[in-house]
Amino acid sequence: MSESEGARPARVRVTGPDRRHRPRPAVRDLDDDTPLGGLYLGSLLREQRRLALRVLVALALSVGVWPLVFWLAPGLAQVRVLGAPLAWLLLGGLVYPWLVFLGWRYVRAAERTERDFAELVGEVEQ
Amino acid sequence: MSAEAAWPGVVAVVLVSLATLAIGTWGLRVSRTTSDFYVASRSVRPGLNASAIGGEYLSAASFLGVAGLVLTFGADMLWYPIGWTAGYLVLLVLVAAPLRRSGAYTLPDFAEARLDSKRARGVCSLLVVTIGWLYLVPQFEGAGLTLGAALGAPAWVGPLVVGAVVVVNVSAGGMRSITFVQAFQYWLKLTALLVPLLVLLVVWVGDRGRLPAPATGDDAWSLPLGGTGVGDLYTTYSLVIATFLGTMGLPHVVVRFYTNPDGRAARRTTLVVLGLLGLFYVLPPLYGALGRAYGVSDDADTLVLDLPRLMVDGLGGDLLTALVTAGAFAAFLSTSSGLAIAVSGVLAQGATRRRPGTGEVRAFRLAAVVAVVVPLAAALALPDVNVARAVGLAFAVAASTFCPLLVLGIWWRGLTAPGAVAGLVVGGAGALAGVAWTVAHPQARTWVDVALGQPAAWTVPLAVVTMVAVSRATRDRIPRHARRFLVRLHTPEGLGLEARTGR
Repeated sequence: MSESEGARPARVRVTGPDRRHRPRPAVRDLDDDTPLGGLYLGSLLREQRRLALRVLVALALSVGVWPLVFWLAPGLAQVRVLGAPLAWLLLGGLVYPWLVFLGWRYVRAAERTERDFAELVGEVEQ
Repeated sequence: MSAEAAWPGVVAVVLVSLATLAIGTWGLRVSRTTSDFYVASRSVRPGLNASAIGGEYLSAASFLGVAGLVLTFGADMLWYPIGWTAGYLVLLVLVAAPLRRSGAYTLPDFAEARLDSKRARGVCSLLVVTIGWLYLVPQFEGAGLTLGAALGAPAWVGPLVVGAVVVVNVSAGGMRSITFVQAFQYWLKLTALLVPLLVLLVVWVGDRGRLPAPATGDDAWSLPLGGTGVGDLYTTYSLVIATFLGTMGLPHVVVRFYTNPDGRAARRTTLVVLGLLGLFYVLPPLYGALGRAYGVSDDADTLVLDLPRLMVDGLGGDLLTALVTAGAFAAFLSTSSGLAIAVSGVLAQGATRRRPGTGEVRAFRLAAVVAVVVPLAAALALPDVNVARAVGLAFAVAASTFCPLLVLGIWWRGLTAPGAVAGLVVGGAGALAGVAWTVAHPQARTWVDVALGQPAAWTVPLAVVTMVAVSRATRDRIPRHARRFLVRLHTPEGLGLEARTGR
């Protein structure tokens, strides 16, 4: 027992990361209009724009076409489902949950894009 | 109308007015700074804010107009409520979060911050006041109709009562107190439409479910686009464009987005609004269909108020009428308050800029009086117009002006001040020409009447093309901070890049 007291582990110096050579935070690039910042912003904008367009196209194809469809095929509107005209079911009821669904999908996707972006510009900062 | 039948309605209107004033006064105690007045100090949570947006948005047109239009014109008119809801989806994906992150208080603030131009700001201020007043006139007229139908009051009583309550409330508490008032009024409106409807549906089933459209001769009513002309198709699509794109340009809607704590909350708020509106808009067309089944044919705008008495006899009918009257009154109060806030905010900013040193809160209160008195006078002077159609024209103006400005300003770096101003003027002039033409020629006869009666289908593209073309031609006028501004609008919070907010 007394022998082990002499064999102390050598002292280790504990230091933090070198602060003088910290990489430039990506957030600064964004703000100061550097080429790298332009690249970051461009990718974020492109991603969000594509997402917005996707939802708008879905809206146009799922809701916006109905006037044209009913105009081209007037017989369709007379079809009755559960006693109610199809047009009323679609335009008076089902369209609303569908709009909420589209919005919900959009919010989820937009928040994911922003999280990814925050991680991207945050990583360089570490 | 006998005095006995009217008293539940009188009690309902008095109660709604008192509740509105009481909640507004309670808000006054927590409303002290300019920031409270304009944007409730940006601290409203999504649930509360969404109820407030819903309460503010569901106007006389939604509460009374849609049922009347469906009664008169049939399934085509379902596009009004669809457009008013889908407009929030378009707003959600294109502007909700960036608009909140822009850090501006009003649409003119946004224009000035984005374009660095006093002139763009001035044009926007003018448009906010124009759209606000266009939208306020039918609210006041609806109030006159409601008190006339439910209580037998002369037509001028409704507008005066609504105008007085709005002025007191807006000038006393500003945005903060209004937020509570409007959240309360959404739920009041939903209850006031839902409960009577459930009773009426039970009565209808008891009457062995008379079908809305008789089997012969009247099929066109239950079909969308019962008319087969190209004009009908044009009108429907033009309406779709006006409502889908116009929502984001309504001054009283936009100002609400600045009360969200951040961009993420702005998105979530909008999503809840979509749900709340969908819940509400299922109801009015059912009133229209029931009205059809029970053979109501005239007085379209007061159908919702007349139907309970028509279907239920005695005290029950009177009480249900009182409930829908309360809801309708809440609709006028909340929408008028929201519009009055937006218009007086712009008027007050204009006044304090001209004469610095005027107390801002005092200017806001004075502006509230002006914002209400002008459309009130117009509503009293003009003969009654169809409430939902008049509101539809306000949407067309908003879609042709603020929609291109916001969408291009948020997503395209190349927008310049001359381009924006040119687009606003061209789009606004086209849509307002439509409004003027429709007032002068209410019956559509030629294709000119059709095209001007629902102008959005050509004024929106025209405004967009003008903005892009003039911006391209004045490329050297792209504001130097445009890129940095876009960074602010699109980067999520928490990266230390938020817009510094003034005041």
